[in-house]
Amino acid sequence: MSFVANVNVMLKEGIADPQGQTIERALPALGFSGVGDVRVGKRIRLAVDAADEQEARERVQQMCERLLSNPVIESYEVTLES
Amino acid sequence: MSTRIGIVVFPGSNCEQDCEKVFTDMGAEPVMVWHADEALPDVDIVVLPGGFAHGDYLRTGALARFSPIMSAVQKHSDAGGLTIGICNGFQVLCEAGMLPGALRKNAGLKFLCKWVDLRVENARTPFTSRASEGQTLRIPINHFEGNWYCEDTVLKRLQDNDQIVLSYVDNPNGSLGAVAGIANEDGTVFGLMPHPERACESLLGSEDGALILGSMLDHVSAKAGV
Repeated sequence: MSFVANVNVMLKEGIADPQGQTIERALPALGFSGVGDVRVGKRIRLAVDAADEQEARERVQQMCERLLSNPVIESYEVTLES
Repeated sequence: MSTRIGIVVFPGSNCEQDCEKVFTDMGAEPVMVWHADEALPDVDIVVLPGGFAHGDYLRTGALARFSPIMSAVQKHSDAGGLTIGICNGFQVLCEAGMLPGALRKNAGLKFLCKWVDLRVENARTPFTSRASEGQTLRIPINHFEGNWYCEDTVLKRLQDNDQIVLSYVDNPNGSLGAVAGIANEDGTVFGLMPHPERACESLLGSEDGALILGSMLDHVSAKAGV
């Protein structure tokens, strides 16, 4: 079976995010106030073959641990599209 | 018999010719090694040069660490051979787990291309033996992701083991502890963001880089009993 997975990769909490900070500083200049805590990540979408949802999830998690994220500075979240 | 240097070339590497030139000028025998080769030629030192291996796609160094040549580089290191990763090469070594930590985007979000002063923190490595502790080296940087980071516990271990080899006198990119270059626990793998191969000719502004590259040649010669 083919499953579509979405992986969200973000910098870990506590790791400074200069891109997020730059965006956060730019928003008030455009008239948007009350915005804080801006963080920038990346989304990777892929189709993976697996017997069932659990296997699909495990395979994608292994991909995240080995390649899609850098565990030193990033955390990830896997969601499967239904 | 001159020292043989294997310079790994990834698609997107762009500093390999500078490395080849300076090692040739220093009397060594550099040879280019294609990233997709599964074996290294018979070399004493491995160099991972600067550039943008695999376009820095996904993360800088993330794909290069899986190039076929990297398992041969690991074996070379396990057998006690010296490996130096310069700039992008340092990024590849961190992604490969051969050095601790990770390189992030520069704190000021500017691509930095300038001369910096480095402090030699540890002159007792095969990469800094020609220098002395506390010496200032003038070497250029050229990077957008040079901001080195590791967890606090890892930093403490590196400090205790004297694995921090070079630091920035004036931290340009936010690196934790102003770290510019680190070694592994065995002292056989060294990664640094600055480019020593660009500081080997007084005509270009500094010869301090030759102290680093020359130290490695000394180490190999000493081992060979020359």
